[in-house]
Amino acid sequence: MEKENLEALDRNFQDKIDREIRIEPKDYMPDAYRKTLIRQISQHAHSEIVGQLPEANWVTRAPNLRRKAVLLAKIQDEAGHGLYLYSAVETLGADREDTIDDLNEGRAKYSSIFNYPTLSWADMGMVGWLVDGAAIMNQVPLCRCSYGPYARAMVRVCKEESFHQRQGFEIVTQLANGTPEQKEMAQESLNRWWWPALMMFGPNDADSTHTAQSMAWKIKRNTNDELRQMFVDATVPQADLIGLKIPDKDLKFNEETGHYDFGEIDWDEFWQVVKGYGHCNNERVTARKKAKEDGAWVREAANVYAEKRAQRNKKVS
Amino acid sequence: MTKQEALFEFLLRKADDSLILGHRLSEWCGHGPILEEDIALTNISLDLIGQATELYKYAAEVEGKGRTEDDLAFLRIEREYKNVLLVEQVNGDFGKTIVRQFFFDHFEHLLYEGLMNSKDERISAIATKTIKEIKYHIRHSSEWVIRLGDGTEESHNRVQASVTDLSRYMNELFYQDEVDETLIKEGIIPDVKDFRVEYENNIEKILEEATLSLPEEKWQLSGGRKGVHSEHLGYLLTELQYMQRTYPGMEW
Repeated sequence: MEKENLEALDRNFQDKIDREIRIEPKDYMPDAYRKTLIRQISQHAHSEIVGQLPEANWVTRAPNLRRKAVLLAKIQDEAGHGLYLYSAVETLGADREDTIDDLNEGRAKYSSIFNYPTLSWADMGMVGWLVDGAAIMNQVPLCRCSYGPYARAMVRVCKEESFHQRQGFEIVTQLANGTPEQKEMAQESLNRWWWPALMMFGPNDADSTHTAQSMAWKIKRNTNDELRQMFVDATVPQADLIGLKIPDKDLKFNEETGHYDFGEIDWDEFWQVVKGYGHCNNERVTARKKAKEDGAWVREAANVYAEKRAQRNKKVS
Repeated sequence: MTKQEALFEFLLRKADDSLILGHRLSEWCGHGPILEEDIALTNISLDLIGQATELYKYAAEVEGKGRTEDDLAFLRIEREYKNVLLVEQVNGDFGKTIVRQFFFDHFEHLLYEGLMNSKDERISAIATKTIKEIKYHIRHSSEWVIRLGDGTEESHNRVQASVTDLSRYMNELFYQDEVDETLIKEGIIPDVKDFRVEYENNIEKILEEATLSLPEEKWQLSGGRKGVHSEHLGYLLTELQYMQRTYPGMEW
C-alpha cells in the first residue's frame, strides 16, 4: 500500500478511536494495534484457563455440598470466559490452538497470580475476594475498550466475576466469623494473597512498557497505579468490616488525598514469578500441556469422525 | 422393613450414585481434552452434585434423626456409602470417563422417567427436574461414544477396552432387594426389571453405530448397594471428607 494511503488510514483509525467509535473485526487497524490485542486478549484467555487449576485443587476437598456446587459453577464460568476470549482472539485472525500452543511452550504469559499455590480452603475465599476483585478492577474499564468483540465479551465476563468476588468474600466472612481456627485460617491466607493481589495490576506506571500506547488506543482506560489504588481503597474497608488485618505496616488512610497509602511491593518477587520461577509456574504449564497431549487422540478421533460423516452424507445425497 | 426405612435407603443409594460420580467428574476440572469438554464435564458434575443435594435433603428428612444433607454426604464411613461400583471407578482416559457416563446415563434416563410418576410427590418433583439434565447428559455421552468408537483406530481400541472393562458393572445398576420391593409395591419407584431389555437395546444400538460391542464374557461385579466397594472409594472419600474430618462440627 502507498505510504500516504497508509498514513491516511492510520489517521482515520486514530480519529475513530478519539471519537469513541468501536473498532470491529473487518475494520482497518494498524498491525501494532492488532498484535497488542492478540497478545492481551490471549493472555487474558490463558489466565482464565490456567486459573481453573488452583481452584480445581480444592474442588474435590470442598467442605460441604453447597460450596462444592458453587466452586464447580465458578470453574465452569472461567472455562466459559476462556472460550469467549479465544473467540475474540480469532476475530483478529489468530488461531485458538496456536495461541494455546504459545501458552504451553512458554511463549505467552498468563496472570502470574495463578503461579501461587492454594494451600487451604480459605484460599478459595481469597481467590474470589482478592484475585477476582482485582480482576474486576482491571476488567470493568475493558467493557469500554476500543475493540468491539473484546469489549462485549468483557460485559458478560464482568457480571460473572462480580458474582465470583462476592462468593469469595462470603467464604472469607464465614471463616472470619467462625471458630478461632477458621479465623486463623482466613488471616494466614490473607497474609499470603494480599501482596500478590496488588502485583496483579502490573509494574508501576513509570516502569510499564505498554501502558502509554494502550491508553492512546483506548484499549486501556486507567494506568496500573490508578487501578491498584482503586483496589486498595475498595478492599481495605472490607477487611476491616470482617476483622482481618491487611499485612502491610505502612497501610494508612491519608485524609489529604482521600486514599489509602500503602507500602512498597516486593518487585523482586514480582519479576521472579513473571520470569517463570514462582511456586507453581512449572506445575501449571505442565498440567495444561499434559491435558493437551493426553487429549490429542480425542481431538483426532473427533476430526476423523466428522470427516467420515461428511463423506457418508455426500454419498447419500 | 418399613416404608420409611426403605425410602431412606433408596434415597441414599441414588444420592450416593450422584455424589460419587459428580466427584469423579470434578477431578477433570482444567484437564479436559478440549475447552468445550472442560465446560461440559464440569457442568455435568455440577448437575450431579445438585441432584445429590436434593436427594440427601429428602433422605435426611425421611430419616428424621436431625442429620443434614452434609452429614449424610460427608460423615459416613465407607461401608455406609451405597453407590453402585460403576460410579466410583477411576476416570482413566477421557474415553473411559465417557463410557462410565454412558452406561450410567442410559440407566438414569429410564429410571428417572419412571420416578416422574412416583406416588411420592417429592420424588416425582426431583425426577421432573432431573430428567431435563439427564437428557443432556445422555446426548453428550452417547455422541462421544460414537465419535470415539468410529473415529481413529486408536480411539476405537481405547474405547472398546473401556467398554469391555466397565461392562462388568452394568448388572449392578439393576440390583434389587427388599428396599426396592417395598417401594415398588407402594408405587414410589418403578420396577427396573421392566426396562432392562430396553436399556440393553439402547446401549447396544449406540455401540453398534460406534462399531463397538459388549464382551462375550458376561462376568459381573457387585457389592456397592450393600456397602462393599472397590479399593478406589476409600481414597475418594479421604479427599471428599478431608475438611469435615479435620475440622469437625464447623460451618463453612
